[in-house]
Amino acid sequence: MHPGIIFFLVILGSVLFHIFTPWYWTDVASNWGGMDDTITLTFWIGGGVFIAVCLFMVYCVFKFSYKKDRKAEYKPEDKKLEKILTLATTLGVAALLAPGLIIWNQYISVPKNAIEIDVMAWQWGWQYRLPGEDGKLGTTQIINVNDNNPFGINLDDPYGKDDVMIQGDVINLENNKPVKILLRSVDVLHNWYVPQFRAKMDAVPGIVTYYWFEPNKTGEYEVLCAEYCGVGHYGMRGGVVVQDNQAYESWIQEQETFSDLIAKQKILEDGETKLAKK
Amino acid sequence: MSEDFKDNKTIQAQSSETISGGGSGKAPDMDHVRPAEVPEQDLYHGHSFISKWVFCQDAKVIGVQYFILATFTGIIGLILSWLMRLQLGFPELASFMTAEHYYQFVTMHGMIMVVYFLTALFLGGFGNYLIPLMVGARDMVFPYLNMVSFWMFFIAVGVLLASFFVPGGPTGSGWTLYPPQSILEGTPGSGMGILLMCISLILFVAGFTMGGLNYLITVLQARTRGMTLMRMPLTVWGIFTATVLAMLAFPALLVGSLMMSLDKILGTSFFMPTILQAGEVLEYGGGSPILFQHLFWFFGHPEVYIVALPAFGIISDLISVHSRKNIFGYRMMVWAIVVIGALSFFVWAHHMYVSGMNPWFGFFFATTTLIIAVPTAMKVYNWVLTLWRGNIRLNTVMLWCLGFIVTFVNGGITGIFLGNVIVDVPLSDTYFVIAHFHMVMGIAPLMVIMGAVYHWFPLVSGRLLSEKLGKWHFWLTFLGAYSIYFPMHYLGFIGVPRRYFEMYDSPYVTSAVGMNEFISTAAFIVGAAQFILIYNIIKSLKTGKPAGKNPWQANSLEWLTPSVPPEHGNWGDRLPIVHRWPYDYNVPGAKEDFITQTTPPSEVANTEVEKT
Repeated sequence: MHPGIIFFLVILGSVLFHIFTPWYWTDVASNWGGMDDTITLTFWIGGGVFIAVCLFMVYCVFKFSYKKDRKAEYKPEDKKLEKILTLATTLGVAALLAPGLIIWNQYISVPKNAIEIDVMAWQWGWQYRLPGEDGKLGTTQIINVNDNNPFGINLDDPYGKDDVMIQGDVINLENNKPVKILLRSVDVLHNWYVPQFRAKMDAVPGIVTYYWFEPNKTGEYEVLCAEYCGVGHYGMRGGVVVQDNQAYESWIQEQETFSDLIAKQKILEDGETKLAKK
Repeated sequence: MSEDFKDNKTIQAQSSETISGGGSGKAPDMDHVRPAEVPEQDLYHGHSFISKWVFCQDAKVIGVQYFILATFTGIIGLILSWLMRLQLGFPELASFMTAEHYYQFVTMHGMIMVVYFLTALFLGGFGNYLIPLMVGARDMVFPYLNMVSFWMFFIAVGVLLASFFVPGGPTGSGWTLYPPQSILEGTPGSGMGILLMCISLILFVAGFTMGGLNYLITVLQARTRGMTLMRMPLTVWGIFTATVLAMLAFPALLVGSLMMSLDKILGTSFFMPTILQAGEVLEYGGGSPILFQHLFWFFGHPEVYIVALPAFGIISDLISVHSRKNIFGYRMMVWAIVVIGALSFFVWAHHMYVSGMNPWFGFFFATTTLIIAVPTAMKVYNWVLTLWRGNIRLNTVMLWCLGFIVTFVNGGITGIFLGNVIVDVPLSDTYFVIAHFHMVMGIAPLMVIMGAVYHWFPLVSGRLLSEKLGKWHFWLTFLGAYSIYFPMHYLGFIGVPRRYFEMYDSPYVTSAVGMNEFISTAAFIVGAAQFILIYNIIKSLKTGKPAGKNPWQANSLEWLTPSVPPEHGNWGDRLPIVHRWPYDYNVPGAKEDFITQTTPPSEVANTEVEKT
């Protein structure tokens, strides 16, 4: 078989695979549908270039395959053609870059009404902290972390007392309310990633990183760690439950605050001292 | 001006008797190019087996040594990839493999393939063999240093492989070696493993610098008479520019490795902030893990081009020779190589869009990254435009070239996805990334290596490789590799994260099981197909058809040595004199379809050759 035919079939197969693939992205469940659109745009422009270049190659292979008496063209340069191609490529690249940068600008500009959520990662699990009625998270330090203070909240920070603490790996979010994810890690790099939300960012020990999104489909989603974090990386899962307002409100009422925890701890300690006295 | 001119004349007059090379005075067409100003180097000719084949100072032997050792290391990398694919496709058959093993294999596979296989093979292997021959030198300018370079590489490989046998095994921190995890418990091989990795890299960089200086100075200082920079084959341009990149990029890796070793051994905190481990506060504080990522990728991105630029150069020459046509837009090709090389130092943080660095960097690095697509695209256009109206021999070498174009364009375009910062957000750390870089930096360069092997094997050995076996090798490799990596992008779209030992039953990945089995099967076949080449080489060394001189009717100097394979010193009594660029194929008016670089204009008087 002529090699050109096989190369042609490879190109054709790639296009057909793309059209009929059962493997494609999950339905977007956040405001970041714009990312999908940019990918689609890149597919059209990039895919077009791929097909054009490869088909041109296949054509040449058919048309100009070796013949003893054929004279190849001797034309070292064609300045005009090279200029046109450079210009066209530059335009194509700019067409991809511009929308990308616009959406990136949205990605790093968090809306003012976004609820801040402290996502704390360790090897290998997650826990979450929400601001209490004051709407502000208390400041933290890693060296404060212990059994009585699982988030390392600074005890003299008044904002920290009413913080809502979720010491499990599943968090509930309110539908259509923007959230700002503040990422912390106590040990190594991690990354809190829900494929359906599209967004992600590494959690880095020593600093707080962030991203934001607005969930727009109720349901349950799996959280995956997306930055290699040691041997338990693949098991570092969590969950998100996106609920409408009512269900969310009743869920958050049931959660423990930092002062609840301190109070509980105090009762326990008192009990222990009493026991010891007896 | 006139004084300069006089000086040249004096040098020419003085040197005509003392300099054997360059044939000064005997070159009527060459008066505008000065002859060499220094006498030729004395070469050390080996006498014993050891000095001829082991501690050898002949760049050609060193090139072959690099080639063999890099290939050996690459086969280990290949076997590791098989084990990984066994786990991913058929976990029930890989019950012997723990998550620790898996991550160690991932790490060693990555590091081996990128540094110890591709880099060593392109620069150490092809660089050593081809540079002196292609520029018309007798050898590298510092042959002894060149020999030491190889043996440093040998020790580096030894240290790397030794880490398989130390307590805790090799490091399992991913080839990027990101701290803090790479030196903390919780990551396999966080003790001796990571230390040996750092030491091996330091040795590699040291050895590589010795070789690299050689390549640079040989190209700059030891070109033969008439071999102007703009008459060099693109292969030399590619390797030369890549070496410049390596000289500037590898130091970042070296200091990164050194600083991390210090963090590990002495408890410094370059990359280590305050960290809790199992509830205890470790004695680190104030360091920045992201600093390491900057150092790593300041090396790591140019590293991509350290592999790609020689591949670009080589493929240009192969396409031109086997299309019987000049490379289209030679000057554009040279400038594209240089511009890509320069730009490659301003794009590194596109590997770090979601690393937690200041998000404003995203704008800068997305822009620079997409700018680099322009000169790269120009190269692609020029390759296919070289085919246009050529006289294309559809032999094995050309097949590898065509395979390269398809895989490189495919992988280059997915690079535009990932370079565009916002598109990278959902796709980073997924299988899309794996598919992208394997296509563009694994398979595409591999196609070039294979094409180059089939092209230059007759020069190295004096015998031709079997075309029939070569075609089997090509189709199995190309179709197999394409069907591994093309569908793999779609796993990334689903959101399947990379570096997962096991997916469990996440609802959206169950559909990936079938694909993983398919990909793994293809990977086993492609891997096995590589042994066809080894068989082909061994068989052809014994019984291959004698190649004779210049079997491809090529123009460049390496085919024009007095004896084939070339002997130590390359050129017999006299260095060749170069009269033209290496791409004069099918020149109108010429009797044959090629005019070698050493053909003086007087011998092809009636041709309409463009002045080069």
